[in-house]
Amino acid sequence: MTGRFGGWSLGAGLVAAVAATLLWLRVALRAAPARHARRATWATLAAAAAACAALEWALLRHDFGVRYVADNGGRHVPPYFTVTSLWAALDGSLLLWLLILAGYAALLARSTRRRTTTLHPWALTVVCTVCVFFFALTYFAANPFRSVHPAPADGPGPNPLLQEHPAMGVHPPLLYAGYAGMVVPFAYALAALLAGETGPAWLAATRRWTLLAWSLLTAGIVLGAWWSYAVLGWGGYWAWDPVENASLLPWLTATAALHATLAGRRRNPLTGWVVALSCATFLLVLVGTFLTRSGAVASVHSFTQSPLGPMLLGFVLLVAAVVGGLLIWRSGRSAPARPPGPPLARQAALLGNAVLLVLLAAIVLTGTIFPLASEALGGARAAVGPGYFNRAAVPVALVALVLMGVAPLIRPGGDRPAELGRRLVVPAAAGLATVAAVGLLTRPGLPALAAFGLAAFVLAATARAAAPGRAGPGTRIPVRATVRRLGGLLSHAGIAVAATGIAASSAYTASAERQLSVGQAVTVRGVTARLVGIDRAPAGRGMAVIARLALERGGATIGTARPQLRYYATRDTVVSLPAIRSRPRGDIYATVTQVASDGRTATVRLAVNPLVGLVWAGGAGTALGGLLALRRRRSTPAAAPTAVTAGEPVGAGRP
Amino acid sequence: MNWPPAPRHRRAAIGLLTLIVAAGVALLVTAGLHGTLVYYRTPSELATRPATGQRVRLGGQVVPGSVRREGPLTRFDLTDGERRVVVVQRGGVRGTLREGEGAVVEGSLATDGVFHADRVEVKHSNEYRAPGADPTRAGAG
Repeated sequence: MTGRFGGWSLGAGLVAAVAATLLWLRVALRAAPARHARRATWATLAAAAAACAALEWALLRHDFGVRYVADNGGRHVPPYFTVTSLWAALDGSLLLWLLILAGYAALLARSTRRRTTTLHPWALTVVCTVCVFFFALTYFAANPFRSVHPAPADGPGPNPLLQEHPAMGVHPPLLYAGYAGMVVPFAYALAALLAGETGPAWLAATRRWTLLAWSLLTAGIVLGAWWSYAVLGWGGYWAWDPVENASLLPWLTATAALHATLAGRRRNPLTGWVVALSCATFLLVLVGTFLTRSGAVASVHSFTQSPLGPMLLGFVLLVAAVVGGLLIWRSGRSAPARPPGPPLARQAALLGNAVLLVLLAAIVLTGTIFPLASEALGGARAAVGPGYFNRAAVPVALVALVLMGVAPLIRPGGDRPAELGRRLVVPAAAGLATVAAVGLLTRPGLPALAAFGLAAFVLAATARAAAPGRAGPGTRIPVRATVRRLGGLLSHAGIAVAATGIAASSAYTASAERQLSVGQAVTVRGVTARLVGIDRAPAGRGMAVIARLALERGGATIGTARPQLRYYATRDTVVSLPAIRSRPRGDIYATVTQVASDGRTATVRLAVNPLVGLVWAGGAGTALGGLLALRRRRSTPAAAPTAVTAGEPVGAGRP
Repeated sequence: MNWPPAPRHRRAAIGLLTLIVAAGVALLVTAGLHGTLVYYRTPSELATRPATGQRVRLGGQVVPGSVRREGPLTRFDLTDGERRVVVVQRGGVRGTLREGEGAVVEGSLATDGVFHADRVEVKHSNEYRAPGADPTRAGAG
């Protein structure tokens, strides 16, 4: 019954989304009142919410007649992880995606009440079209509500890795909210291309929506890294896995788009960049969805096993064709002659930033899809390892750090090199001092050393830019603008802190893996882990083997660690759960990889990861800064009714 | 160069910039890919074209009864149904490796025909299924 209700909800959602699309198109073309269109949008959201609620209800009621519950539910699963099971597998996570997408559509529809420009109905038409596609995808290709006959008495529960960490309840929704949120800037960009106008109103809307989605995406990525660190047990937090790259790629282009919106309020010379980057961001979201949902990269051979893959690929190509066509069509219109800014202006720095981030995205994208492309073109099956990304992407990222420190100190209207140079003396000295000190005391390797120095440079420069009275060209800055500016600077500082953490944890992490009998010990960087005993304990429907380790440093006991191997009978899977002790000097990270059948010896991996906490702290600061920058300007030029007529053609000049 | 430049110069400058950026990407990508690419091989491919010393990923099924632990080493055979390759893995093997099921190991083939692996691949797709979890998929690649 629940299953049938869920199926109906999905079908109703598909119909409502089609209706909403057509109604918004009518509003856009005929300037009809938006009342019905708004109602249809709300109906779409209601249908998505009903479908999610139905699946949650089926999961909580252990209704194993529903296919998704039979695959991912289980009577032994704790309620919290039963709730999070909604997004623990492909079909259910598509429902969450639908809910968030429809939520954005409804939110956007609501905001048209205050501001009616010609762009809003176009943007909503685009968002609703995307909704139609995803409803159709879920309904036809990945319907979680199909029934199972006969219904099993119990299910296996979600994948064991997804039952181990409370972040499971936060990380996927946040990531999806950021991911799906990129649809709004994309919709505005397409609306601008379709309606043929951009202006302050368009820029302000794009900026705020991008910022919202960007902040959520940042938080989602950092939480994902933390989850990977705390659960997967390999000791790191970023493996350049296709799934991880899929979340990083839109983040890079969205960051570039955000910065391009800052190039000017009234007449933004980088408008073409904003349009192109917003489109690219959502395209990368779709590519990422394709890569992670179709199984195309995780297993290169199951490409055609799921009907999802071809449908998603088709949609990606369609959107790419539409975007490309519109961009070419609009760039053909001549641009009004604009005097370019002086050479050493903020605009130049922002343009450089956009180029660098696009370069970075291109490098990461190449490495991510290379295995697919290589095989599709008849070449050999190959894998691209972290070595590629470290060698190709890290240098570009370091250059981006330089620009991140310099740009906020450049006066908006143009600057004299000598003056800028004077402002940069202290930050540069801080960076060089850091390099000298760190380089003399330790040998972290060139990239890490550069990262430390640049992080110090960025932090000093950011502090200088945030200092009152020095930020602007002598003009007083309104308070709200200051909050926004401080938000941006906090994000910069967060990135610098995270860069320090990444460099330190990759340069100074030491680990050793040893087979230990009870009483033996393994030592890493002065930390000794002595195997005290091996315990076996029932855990849920399975078994846990726990290695009891006594941790010592310099002869003194500093605590115990209990890494474990947990066997999940229902999934016939063993998961190695690390034990992490966080200290200011670094995390002690212990995993047990194997236990002999006699229960006397265990293979233990001990690692000391210094400063890894800075990665989480910096990431949190970055996301928080984004949210702070969401504050509106006191007098938004967008509110002015002349905003529309003051628009200028899109895509003119640099694409 | 005067500022602002004449439109003709400006267009040339943009073209030049684009060219430099494109060349930069190409350079970084090719340099990055050089030596970091790891090819997938099946036991049959490894047997017919033994690339000794070259780092590859070997995918296959763990032959039942072949897993032996010798001190710090784990020894097992991988097969694709036609050929077998003896794999020696230093250190612990995580729970993903089980007899009769698929596994992907990374390492290189020694001159004595033994494959020395240093890691068993654990990639998570969005369904968080380890490559070893499905023998038909991992066995093929």
